[in-house]
Amino acid sequence: MVSLQNISIKLGSFTLDQVSMEIPASKYCVLMGSSGSGKTTIIEAICGLRKIRSGKIIINEIDVTGLRPSDRYLGYVPQEGVLFSTMTIREQIAFGPLVRGWNKRDALERTEELASSLEIEHLLDRKPAGLSGGEAQRVSLARALASKPNLVCLDEPLSALDEDNREMACSLIKKLHHQEGFTVLHITHSASEASLMGDLVFRLSDGVLNPA
Amino acid sequence: MNNKKAPSDIPFYAAMWAAGGMYFVLIISLLYADASYTSVASIGEALQDKSIRASIWLTMQTCWITAVLSIIVAVPTGYILTRFKFPLKRFFDSIIDIPIVLPPLVIGLSLLILFNQVILFDKTIEQLCASFLNSLRSMLPNSPIFDLPTGITYKVPAIILAQFTVSCAFAIRTMRNTFESLDPRQENVALTLGCNRSKAFWKVVLPQASFGIMTAGILAWARALGEFGPILVFAGATRGKTEVLATTVFLEISIGNLEGAVAVSFLMVSAALIVLVMVRLLGSKKRVW
Repeated sequence: MVSLQNISIKLGSFTLDQVSMEIPASKYCVLMGSSGSGKTTIIEAICGLRKIRSGKIIINEIDVTGLRPSDRYLGYVPQEGVLFSTMTIREQIAFGPLVRGWNKRDALERTEELASSLEIEHLLDRKPAGLSGGEAQRVSLARALASKPNLVCLDEPLSALDEDNREMACSLIKKLHHQEGFTVLHITHSASEASLMGDLVFRLSDGVLNPA
Repeated sequence: MNNKKAPSDIPFYAAMWAAGGMYFVLIISLLYADASYTSVASIGEALQDKSIRASIWLTMQTCWITAVLSIIVAVPTGYILTRFKFPLKRFFDSIIDIPIVLPPLVIGLSLLILFNQVILFDKTIEQLCASFLNSLRSMLPNSPIFDLPTGITYKVPAIILAQFTVSCAFAIRTMRNTFESLDPRQENVALTLGCNRSKAFWKVVLPQASFGIMTAGILAWARALGEFGPILVFAGATRGKTEVLATTVFLEISIGNLEGAVAVSFLMVSAALIVLVMVRLLGSKKRVW
């Protein structure tokens, strides 16, 4: 389970005050809100990339509020994928497991398995330059899932995709979610995406988080 | 009502090309003037001269040491200035640019005063450095350090320090531009994948900054090659001892050997041209510029 307990964040003149939210384990949660409403800020706070002024963040009954991002054991897919340009797709998917101390054979097996599930096997020996938006997003998702995190944070993963790619990406994410049982926090500003993907949907508006 | 046709673009292009072209022509004219004043025989003669050959060797040594030192300092400094917020950041950023805007002679003079007038623990910095080198020498009597000079001022280390003071500022500026062009979210992703700050830097940031690092090194090398003012004041221009190519040109002019001075200048122009073309090629690959 993921629990945000009264977290407050100040970012220049922008403030999020006393935001609380609970996501049961293995559920697919969608967080909606207009541009600039603070959705990305919340996801960054959960990942440990943004300091919070007060409150607590609990992941799987562990208070991770003061922990470094590496100690939170979660997966993060930022907007536009943000791939490592000097690594091949294989290297970047295996990067997380290898950094976390997996042996090379297990890391490469996991890479092949995810590449097969996400239909990116043909890209494994390429570098990211020249990948389409959909391919980059699938690689980014594979990279985030490679170490088998309990929570995956997806920051507008479908926003840069055309209609066909979006449908395919939605079904692939859903398939993996069912297969692996991780908890998802998915950010979007699209109501149709939220209703299609979410087991539960929250809306962030004027710094206040409400169930949609 | 008649819609007006947009005026011709030719005057705009002509003005742009004329302004840019004039400066290009000036530089080419300078190179042509040098080339027309010298000959292959003069350059060959200059290369035969023992003191000029020593000067070329010392220039290469000091420029490479300066380039390496500049990268060692510029990479972390550029990274800190790009990625971290801290009090007085703009002040520190401006301080780093001082060697770029100061007249070269002033840098040499400042180094001379710093090493010979500023007192620390009842000694000048020059005396402290000399004591340090002496103690190293007594601890390691048979090492290559034994050949090091006994001090800094008017010796080879002064050449390196004078070159480094200016070159490093250019290298830092280049590294700053490089790190600014890299998406900080890549480090964020690396942190969530299990890296600590250091691992994210070595595994993700540095490989992507490699072209920038090479560019910074080459620029520092080129800047060191052209340095003259600070070297003249801080290291002197003693033939065969603290003579680098820039001081060779000065010394050849001072003894009336204009042909020799132009021949050495031509060697420097060739080296600079090669280096600058390399920088542009690297820059265009990674859009550092």
